[in-house]
Amino acid sequence: MNKRELLYPRIGETVIEATLDNGLKLFVVPKPHHRKKYAFFTARYGGMDMQFIRNGERCDTPAGIAHYLEHKMFDTKEGNALQQLSQNGAEPNAFTANALTGYYFDCTEHFEENLRILLSFVSVPYFTDESVEKERGIIGQEIRMVEDSPDWQVYERLLACLYRSSPARVPIAGTVESIAEITAQTLYDCHKAFYCPSNMALCVVGSVDADEVIALAEEVLPRERGEVIERCYGEKEDDAAAEKRTVTQMEVALPQFLVGFKCAADDKDLMRQSLIGEMACDVLLGDSSPLFQRLYDEGLINASFGGGFDQLPGVAVLCAGGESEQPEKVSDAILSEAQRLVREGIDPAFFEQIRRASFGATLRALNSFENIAVSLADGYFRGFDALRFPEAYESIEKADVERFLRENLTESRRALSIIEPKKED
Amino acid sequence: MEPVRREIAPEVNLSYVQSEKFKTGTLSVQLITPLDEETASFGALLPSVLRRGTMAHPDMRSLSTALDLLYGSSVGCTVRKKGENQCIGFAASFIDEAFVPGGEKLLEPMCDLLGELLLDPVTRNGRFLSDYVESEKQNLIDAIRGIINDKRDYADLRLLQEMCRGERYGVDKFGSIARVEKITNQTLFRYYQELLSTAHLELFYCGSAELARVEGALSRAFAPLQRGAVVSPAAAEKKRAPETPREITERMDVTQGKLSMGWRASTADAPAMMLANLIFGGYSNSKLFLNVREKLSLCYYASSSYHRSKGIVTVSSGIECKDYETAKREILAQLESVQRGEFEPWEIEGARACLIASLESRGDSAGRMEENALGQAATGIRETAAELIAALRDVTQERIAEAAQSMTLDTVYFLTGEAADHE
Repeated sequence: MNKRELLYPRIGETVIEATLDNGLKLFVVPKPHHRKKYAFFTARYGGMDMQFIRNGERCDTPAGIAHYLEHKMFDTKEGNALQQLSQNGAEPNAFTANALTGYYFDCTEHFEENLRILLSFVSVPYFTDESVEKERGIIGQEIRMVEDSPDWQVYERLLACLYRSSPARVPIAGTVESIAEITAQTLYDCHKAFYCPSNMALCVVGSVDADEVIALAEEVLPRERGEVIERCYGEKEDDAAAEKRTVTQMEVALPQFLVGFKCAADDKDLMRQSLIGEMACDVLLGDSSPLFQRLYDEGLINASFGGGFDQLPGVAVLCAGGESEQPEKVSDAILSEAQRLVREGIDPAFFEQIRRASFGATLRALNSFENIAVSLADGYFRGFDALRFPEAYESIEKADVERFLRENLTESRRALSIIEPKKED
Repeated sequence: MEPVRREIAPEVNLSYVQSEKFKTGTLSVQLITPLDEETASFGALLPSVLRRGTMAHPDMRSLSTALDLLYGSSVGCTVRKKGENQCIGFAASFIDEAFVPGGEKLLEPMCDLLGELLLDPVTRNGRFLSDYVESEKQNLIDAIRGIINDKRDYADLRLLQEMCRGERYGVDKFGSIARVEKITNQTLFRYYQELLSTAHLELFYCGSAELARVEGALSRAFAPLQRGAVVSPAAAEKKRAPETPREITERMDVTQGKLSMGWRASTADAPAMMLANLIFGGYSNSKLFLNVREKLSLCYYASSSYHRSKGIVTVSSGIECKDYETAKREILAQLESVQRGEFEPWEIEGARACLIASLESRGDSAGRMEENALGQAATGIRETAAELIAALRDVTQERIAEAAQSMTLDTVYFLTGEAADHE
């Protein structure tokens, strides 16, 4: 085991970081003045990890399997871990993202006991064909609920438009059809493949003793590191959007839209790339941009409008959307504003203003324990230290953001997803 | 951690929490008025019109630029319902001065900006700018129409509208489209002036600055405020359920049905009712969760809430449309078992631990402290977290059953995708 203390004086944080002999990465972020304690235990295994190589063999698993596994992990020999944790006054939950699955709780009392429950239920699967079968109804309802949600639909449909073969096209929870094939055996296999200490991280935020957390993790978790699994994310995507446009109808009051640009994805220096993408988004269409003011004044967008930059395994996308009666017009205005910025350059004072604002917004988000824990784990899985963002912001030049806009905000990379109100028959 | 509350001007209260543990300072300015069908839409519209520009920062871009330069500070419009009151205003967040690279002060400029937003809007000939009023009216209408996008929220809102028809509680915090459409620049401006003079004003601060500095900065920023005869927040009216519960079914093109139910809970024993609600459907060890969701797989979610100041309990659930009767029967059966006192010691202790943990950690979130301070000012229910924790520890099994027995079913609302069998 090796352990070290990392200091982040610019943002007032200290992190104790350790790597256990079994390969588990562990972070403890002390918060001596908070009553709340938070633990996040996560596997680098998410909705997009559907194809992988195991023991030299290529495995194809159904869409939605990581999410299904997340649901079933709460079953234990004694009953159900969710209930055990709630019983102690802890608030437990879990989520499945594109590239990770996370289990967590927060509590004020019985932290050690709760952490023991968390570590053991996530590392010891316990389910039967019967219990797996029963869960299908619950997950089916969850999928239906997402299918009724315009926010999700507009995003899922945009990704399906932008990409040809990337698993980003597939919803994290899968479909009612795809989860029909999942059995207890497939879930056990995926657990064995991905829930091994060397593929996992534990983050604890709160007033706890780091050595006790380490000792508990060493006691409860398996000693073996587990195998390293190579994943496949489809064929390499080209630079152009696969489809330009997708339209569907739902029960919504106003048309909802999301315009996306399929960005070049390079796996080096992901944090810096991510901040450049976010800053490009702010410069182009953030609240203080000239474009935002103009579109708002013209009534083409309302307060629901916003954008962001997402990195998924092997792909990246800049998207912006909200409600509008004229989505095409907004989409075209975004593209031509990007072209103007590339042509004329970004105003240097505006660039500094955005850098300052973006730094402040990132810092403000660190009030959330969940955000600290998820950022640390996600950064570790993807090869960066998420709390070094002040340094990363300083390293970004105006020319970096201009280059990003020039390369990525082009006609051929663009797609538009629209959800129209249902027409009366 | 409890706020210090003091009156810094007539009917202007400041709740102040000093803490160095956050990355940010939090400020909020809230006007509290009784919720009313006639005025709710005016109240809901006002913050977004004010947020469009001040005399010093006349458009959104200049406001956003000012916020960017204050290290990405944010100021959001808030429209909330607390008991039978509408609370409107602004909530601001800015990084703690300890982390400002240039060492600038942020507290004073943020207080000034909030004062400006509330008291010094951009005007022409003694009115707001018509463009701003018209476009925010449209946005509000869109927002009201948009409630339908989230079917869960929509069903819960429809339940309250039907159940509390004719009561302040049944009025949506945004008002109605018809009322928004009737608002003119002139009537809005008049409403604004009256509100400033008569509404109860609550200020909130949480952060690392000393009380004297915060008080000084806020007093200066709000000095131009002229006060008249202030109207007190409304105390919630408690009603009884009808003899026969009302049942309302609406049809829409949805794949998942939404079943919402409402009860009147007449008990005065709030701590016992809080526990009864948790055991019934208030968290992941509740009867609704364990039985209706987990054991019977009848729904994806089913949870209950206790609206303490109003004395009602509501259940919100998502089900297969065809399961309406079964789900309703099962939810009622779970309630009956709570009313009969059929729950184990572990169910009481789990519920108690959950409520206590939530109260103990309230001081770890500036947002939750602000919500609570505002709720207390609006509903008049004054108690510290420690007092409520002590009261919860004293509640017995009998008191919980008794509190649950005070619940009478009032209204059942069902949103379904299935066509009616018989028209």
